[in-house]
Amino acid sequence: MDKSVTFRGQLLPYVLLAPQLAITFIFFYWPATQALYQSFLREDAFGLSSEFIGFENYTDLLQQPEYYKAMATTAVFSSLVAALSLSIALLFASQADKNLRGAGAYKTLLIWPYAVAPAIAGVLWLFIFHPSLGVLARPLRVSGFNWNPLLNGDHAMTLVVLAAVWKQISYNFLFFLAGLQAIPKSVIEAAAIDGAGPLRRFWTIIFPLLSPTTFFLLVVNVVYVFFDTFGIIDAVTGGGPAGATTTLVYKVFADGRLGGDLGGSAVQSVILMVIVIALTTVQFRYVERKVQY
Amino acid sequence: MANLVLTEVCKTYPGGVEAIKGINLSVGDGQFCVLVGPSGCGKSTLLRMIAGLETTTSGSIQIGGQTVNDIEPAKRDIAMVFQNYALYPHMSVYNNMAYGLRNRGMAADQIKTRVNDAAQILEIGALLDRKPRQLSGGQRQRVAMGRAIVRQPKVFLFDEPLSNLDAKLRIAMRIEIRKLQRRLKTTSVYVTHDQLEAMTLADILVVMNGGLVEQIGKPIDLYRRPLTSFVASFIGAPPMNLFQIGRIWRAMPKGLPGNVGIVGVRPEDLALTANRTEGDLSLELTVDAIEQIGAETFIYGSATGTGEVMVRVPGEEAPALGSTIRASAPRSKLHLFTADGRIRIEL
Amino acid sequence: MVEHRPWTTFIAYAILTFGIAIVVFPVYLALIASTHDAATVMNGNMPLVPGGHMVENYMRVITSGTSQSGEPVGRMLVNSLVSAAGIAIGKILISILSAYAVVYFRFPFRKTAFWIIFITLMLPVEVRIYPTYKVVSDLRLLDTYTGMVLPLIASATGTLLFRQFFMTIPDELLEASKIDGAGPWQFFKDTLLPLSVTTIAALFVIQFIYGWNQYLWPLLITTKDSMQTIVIGIKKMLTTTDTTAEWQLAMATAVLAMLPPVAVVIFMQRLFVRGLVETEK
Repeated sequence: MDKSVTFRGQLLPYVLLAPQLAITFIFFYWPATQALYQSFLREDAFGLSSEFIGFENYTDLLQQPEYYKAMATTAVFSSLVAALSLSIALLFASQADKNLRGAGAYKTLLIWPYAVAPAIAGVLWLFIFHPSLGVLARPLRVSGFNWNPLLNGDHAMTLVVLAAVWKQISYNFLFFLAGLQAIPKSVIEAAAIDGAGPLRRFWTIIFPLLSPTTFFLLVVNVVYVFFDTFGIIDAVTGGGPAGATTTLVYKVFADGRLGGDLGGSAVQSVILMVIVIALTTVQFRYVERKVQY
Repeated sequence: MANLVLTEVCKTYPGGVEAIKGINLSVGDGQFCVLVGPSGCGKSTLLRMIAGLETTTSGSIQIGGQTVNDIEPAKRDIAMVFQNYALYPHMSVYNNMAYGLRNRGMAADQIKTRVNDAAQILEIGALLDRKPRQLSGGQRQRVAMGRAIVRQPKVFLFDEPLSNLDAKLRIAMRIEIRKLQRRLKTTSVYVTHDQLEAMTLADILVVMNGGLVEQIGKPIDLYRRPLTSFVASFIGAPPMNLFQIGRIWRAMPKGLPGNVGIVGVRPEDLALTANRTEGDLSLELTVDAIEQIGAETFIYGSATGTGEVMVRVPGEEAPALGSTIRASAPRSKLHLFTADGRIRIEL
Repeated sequence: MVEHRPWTTFIAYAILTFGIAIVVFPVYLALIASTHDAATVMNGNMPLVPGGHMVENYMRVITSGTSQSGEPVGRMLVNSLVSAAGIAIGKILISILSAYAVVYFRFPFRKTAFWIIFITLMLPVEVRIYPTYKVVSDLRLLDTYTGMVLPLIASATGTLLFRQFFMTIPDELLEASKIDGAGPWQFFKDTLLPLSVTTIAALFVIQFIYGWNQYLWPLLITTKDSMQTIVIGIKKMLTTTDTTAEWQLAMATAVLAMLPPVAVVIFMQRLFVRGLVETEK
């Protein structure tokens, strides 16, 4: 995949590349290797000297129950957000695909939440469900349900999930709609003539043909939950109550805030890096192959 | 097995566009009907209305005596072969053909028999495990037909199935489709814009133009006796030479009816003559171009008021460019129409 | 839908309208809240129609902030704008140059350079926050626009996008340019750049929104209130130990924070969609 006609460059290409390479090196590779290096060190209490301790930081971390809790929280969070936002988005996309009048307007109205910052989305939903002044909080409590995301871990999680799903629906909707519109109409008509009703067509024809898109979105949604939800969590629950909404990324942030254990925080960063690399590799490998349908 | 009857079928789109303006058509059981016409004449729309993919604004469509206007495509017991085949990309060839049967609740072993029989007839038995993207254009076309024939429907519908194939394959497939239909004896409606395909495949040929039927009949009848100037120029290749009577009255034989407006004569009915014979159409032309294709020669000539006239002569006889020739046709070979071309005038 | 059943069309409209209602509801509430006074908003039973305090709330917030965070939102808006524009423009600049180099030149280590850049896609800033923070701090870029912008333009999305785009440009254009005596810079300026305008615009839209909505990074590196962006400023308004957070003002701020990116998405929808789809390939 290279151009056959090019310029022969002496200095110019390096000059062109210099800015990006410089920034990438300073703000990416250097910190990344620092993190890796630090994960093998332990600093003393005053930060004056450090000691190479091999994988000890790693084993320490992997013995902390809070770490596993953060992993579990991240996993639960990812699954919920992915499942909910994908299915709701698919529902909307399948209706919008129907050549209705004003479909363009519906599309515009459904995709703009993408532009809202996660933190703001969080704040908006917090406002709706705030235990003391939330508009929907009152009916909940009146009907006997003791709604309190400030104290109840599950409630906090629910609130954060709501905000995350709300934001993510628009992105998924866009891609699902594009995927649906890429299916040739004649294939659907052929299926109809072959005796398949709308529901059967959806499950036997449309959904399988949509699977590359679905898989791609699945990976993107999981990555989204890992990283982009930081704003929501910080704005709404601060990771609480009692770590109920602390994801792996949030934990890195929170632990580092408290200062002190640079090595431990570096380890968390490194583990996160490994997970993300794995996820994005899967995405590139698998999606590239499946994309030619 | 069923007949197909269309009575005063009309279709108007919500914006007010009249796509089909009142069509009457009767296709007997087991007959092969071809709808042919230029782009936009409504032939595909009509086919889709028979399939149930488009609604019918008024008139009735009857399959096997049953009015199907309000019946969904799935329940009309029809099968359709699409222009781009519309195979299910994610299913194997076997499953593509089995899909329709499974949807109707047929037993697995029965399905297997039917699919294998169809595969044998179409010679695609070796391809059953492959996916559509692994097949060539011609192979995909056969699978599309296989999908249609396993259903053993009342009517086959074909929507320009050969347009996407190269010329050679098109000819081969044309013959196969005809043989297949004769063998299965299923009533078929076939849409094409290619008049050659239309002539060679049809039992009943329907020439459409602007949402209306210009003429229905056997292909050879349409060739011999076109009822409108549109059909006259559409059927037959190379196309008929058409003239305005006012321009060539000198060349015309005497004693023609007074309301003749348009005169047509086929290139193959013109012969090069030395003299003018009484009672013939006789044109004196200057030769503009010659095309020799071996078995015959096309001579293009013109004179004032005639436009480009084509004469088709067998063999390699080729007059010199710029020379004057006389092209004549007997009265019996002339096609006469009123000035608007809508009515044929018999001699 | 192939079948013509009117009630399914009705259901489709219903579902879509319901969807829009869900999507719009939180923002609608925020708008309403921003038009009432503190007491109405706080009592847990806020009416669903606008109140009369809109101008008052917005003016107050823009010029002097809330009682929790005394920072004028007007200042925060400026910070957000500079930072978002900086990120978008910065990213476009460095990536179009790099993509140009990688696609149109032959030089040693070309492939290596590309991979070095490509790998940055794997790791968003959230994964390397503290070490990057240290670097920024060492370079004395805390509390500066530079510090906010630079680390975020390091990723490869732009480079990949431009590379993909350049690959679709026919070779004949370059050949014709060379025959016309154009050098690399002229080709870039006269041919490539004009052709890239829509791609640049699409990328700008996506990156502007991305930059505007940044949370973690600005949070970390700004210590001075005056450098806050509007997105993190909101959180400060709500962090209180007692319950006198002024929600109506926070909601006004939220509305202001949403306006620019949402406006961009709605008015440049086609570019936005294109940018999204292209960058995810």
